[in-house]
Amino acid sequence: MNAPFSLTRRQFLVRSLSTGAGLTLALYLPGCGREPEADTGTAGPGQAGARVAPEAEFEPNAFVRILPDDRVEVVIKHLEMGQGTFTGLATLVAEELDADWSQIVPVPAPADPERYNNLNWGKLQGTGGSTAIANAYTQMRQAGATARHMLVQAAVAEWGVPASEIRVSKGELSHPDSGRTARFGELAAAAAAQPVPEEVLLKEPGEFTLIGTFLPRLDNAAKLDGSAVYTQDIQLPGMRVAVVAHPPRFGARVKAYDAAAAKQVKGVTEVVGIPTGVAVLADNTWSAIKGREALKVEWDESAAFRMSSREILDDYRGRAQGPAAVARSEGDAAAALERASTRLTAAMHMPYLAHAAMEPLNCVMQLTEDGCEIWNGEQFQTVDQQNVAQVLGLEPGQVKINMLYAGGSFGRRANPHSDYLVETAHIVKSASGKAPVKLVWTREDDMLGGYYRPFYYHELEAGLDGEGMPVAWRHRIVGQSIMTGTVMEGGMVRDGVDATSVEGAANLPYAIPNLEVDLVTTELPVTVQWWRSVGSTHTAFAVETFIDRLARAAGRDPVDYRRGLLKDHPRHLGVLELAAQKAGWGRPLPEGRARGVAVHESFNSYVAEVAEVSIGDNGRINVERVVIAVDCGVAVNPDNIRAQMEGGMAFGLAAALMSEITLEDGQVVQSNFDGYEVLGIDRMPVVEVHIVPSTEPPTGVGEPATPVIAPAVANALSVLTGQDFDRLPLQLAV
Amino acid sequence: MAKLKVNGQEHEVEVDGSTPLLWVLREQLGLTGTKYACGIGICGSCTVHVDGKAVRSCTLPVSSIEAGQSITTIEGLSPDNSHPLQAAWKALDVPQCGYCQPGIIMAAAALLNENPDPSDADIDARVDNICRCGTFNRVRRGIHQAVKHMKGGRSA
Repeated sequence: MNAPFSLTRRQFLVRSLSTGAGLTLALYLPGCGREPEADTGTAGPGQAGARVAPEAEFEPNAFVRILPDDRVEVVIKHLEMGQGTFTGLATLVAEELDADWSQIVPVPAPADPERYNNLNWGKLQGTGGSTAIANAYTQMRQAGATARHMLVQAAVAEWGVPASEIRVSKGELSHPDSGRTARFGELAAAAAAQPVPEEVLLKEPGEFTLIGTFLPRLDNAAKLDGSAVYTQDIQLPGMRVAVVAHPPRFGARVKAYDAAAAKQVKGVTEVVGIPTGVAVLADNTWSAIKGREALKVEWDESAAFRMSSREILDDYRGRAQGPAAVARSEGDAAAALERASTRLTAAMHMPYLAHAAMEPLNCVMQLTEDGCEIWNGEQFQTVDQQNVAQVLGLEPGQVKINMLYAGGSFGRRANPHSDYLVETAHIVKSASGKAPVKLVWTREDDMLGGYYRPFYYHELEAGLDGEGMPVAWRHRIVGQSIMTGTVMEGGMVRDGVDATSVEGAANLPYAIPNLEVDLVTTELPVTVQWWRSVGSTHTAFAVETFIDRLARAAGRDPVDYRRGLLKDHPRHLGVLELAAQKAGWGRPLPEGRARGVAVHESFNSYVAEVAEVSIGDNGRINVERVVIAVDCGVAVNPDNIRAQMEGGMAFGLAAALMSEITLEDGQVVQSNFDGYEVLGIDRMPVVEVHIVPSTEPPTGVGEPATPVIAPAVANALSVLTGQDFDRLPLQLAV
Repeated sequence: MAKLKVNGQEHEVEVDGSTPLLWVLREQLGLTGTKYACGIGICGSCTVHVDGKAVRSCTLPVSSIEAGQSITTIEGLSPDNSHPLQAAWKALDVPQCGYCQPGIIMAAAALLNENPDPSDADIDARVDNICRCGTFNRVRRGIHQAVKHMKGGRSA
């Protein structure tokens, strides 16, 4: 058992987050645990409601609320978009509280940059960069430990026994000598009267009883019977559904429109011009879609972007020969290349990619007496509050946000310009009356709507010495900046280098004495954004396929070659060795199959993947089996880590094998899943996940598996075919 | 006006016959478990059963539903989340974002209606839904686990 004041525990200061009041306003997600006891009076399935907590409830801080009926509500500040954060953050609280998993109820936090900011991002509330567990690991455990301390103090007062004799386990306090016991709920009111401790002691990893075990996802049941509520499911009284006619090309604008035919469509209530196009409002979604089909819009394309992907590639090839901003420079790469015994070069390109989450973008917004209220799969609260407030002439604090489940995101719902929320705000502002509006982007709107993973072009050059070891490495990257023009620019763009353009390349782990990584940043009207694993989506492919080419040129085994260059990077080495061992690296495979390996760090998590690949009679690339090793520090929820490794890899595999957004004459060619191919069950390989045991602080798992699969598959294909692969998605030479 | 029997209940809805069944279910009957995702019948998020067979409701005009046909949505698959597939999904923690899962479960349930012990190839052919979270291996395991339970006489 964990004695509350064990000397093995470290001490942490707790910033008191107590509201000091017995009354709290809480938001509830129906289907996420239970129904609100009273709501704001709005109707419809899945309506998020608000309620005032009775005074008997115990809210020791902004993250934990213990109810008299023994439920423990854990306030979750991050968006649940599939990555498991409702379960992960709740695990941290439950661990230190010594709660029973069955009494834990996650509730989404309101938008509040003071209380619910992402601790990695300053005073910004938002979810991304695989930071949820990493930033909140201590914070959420302190919340749990604080509540536990106050419960123990309540028992001390009530039972007249010393704290050191009280045990806490599975939601119950007990005093073994006297046989007294109490459930959390029974002591909640008394605990609330206890002073909030200034310091609490947290468990050492060896004392964990929940962290590291299998705990079923808390959002699991509601996602199996249709009761989980997404933005698309919100239905408010009098609500209008808005579908927007958007310009056919980046940089085009509305010249004129004729709404007469659209207004003839049954159910259409209004047509309004907004900065991003023309919005058709209707009393249901299908009418809004039909109304948009009937709408006549004349576009001003005088400033429209008209390049094709092929022309962008040619342009980037030219720019690669011009000036570049240095991201990392060590030794003298040019001189070392001159002296090298062998020189290798590569030129690679990667396309624009759409996030293509299953739930297309949408947002529900209503003007209220106090400002406005939003229902959304909300990923970037503080930025969205600011941008929406600006459109509506409000203060950010007047923008109330109800965070719902998101049907995926992969980065898209955290748009630095709040594009789809701002669009909704303009519709709400322009429409007559104060009816709530649900903006619905169809799949086509979602896929054609920009904010893609940027198109990139890479050039690499390396020199090997007589033993085949690299003595020089030059890596030039050409592409658009994701961070320029966003709130993150100040922190992320330095001396002309957007850190996200070069992450995974500038921090090359391999020991090479002469090294230069630089960047040519381009500007195009095609809008770009972070996409699951951000810069690593392209840099890992370039680096990890090129290092394999070096190994082949040296006549060396690719695992052994990497091993020799990673001596100072034990965590890279750890996952590489584990993946190789579990994959049976070096053991014979059936005819026609080959293995490829890649290792990469992103968001401070380390992942190695070994892919077994064959080529079908039809020339199809078949990825048969993938062995993944991950080092993400303390494994909070091992099964969720496995799920994120499987899913993150699958997301990257789609980009490796089939997905691309291309432009022709400035128009995006792919508008739905018929053109933008993604993975199905028939292309999913057998996956094994192995987690490196660790007591390091935990790091994220949502993204780091994604970038590693494309180079692993390409490297296996090179073994099979002798070809080099210089583009994504991968294509075999005919 | 359309007459629809959904999850055992008769409904009369005022609707243009060309409206896809999806929108009638979601917005007129309030059955929001059936999801919109592609609108062209590819991704399968909108899968429901018509007389036990899987159909993609986003491209099915409500007028094509014949009198007497019985529609089942995810809300009607079991009274209490207890269908063997739902139980297996819960045990294996299949869902991530969860948006596509009702459609996947309905596709798998229709497959099991016709083929109580499907092979992996049968699953590939019939549960061809898109899941961007990449839950496919757990979906496959979930179907096999549900089959095992059903064979053991524990079917719902």
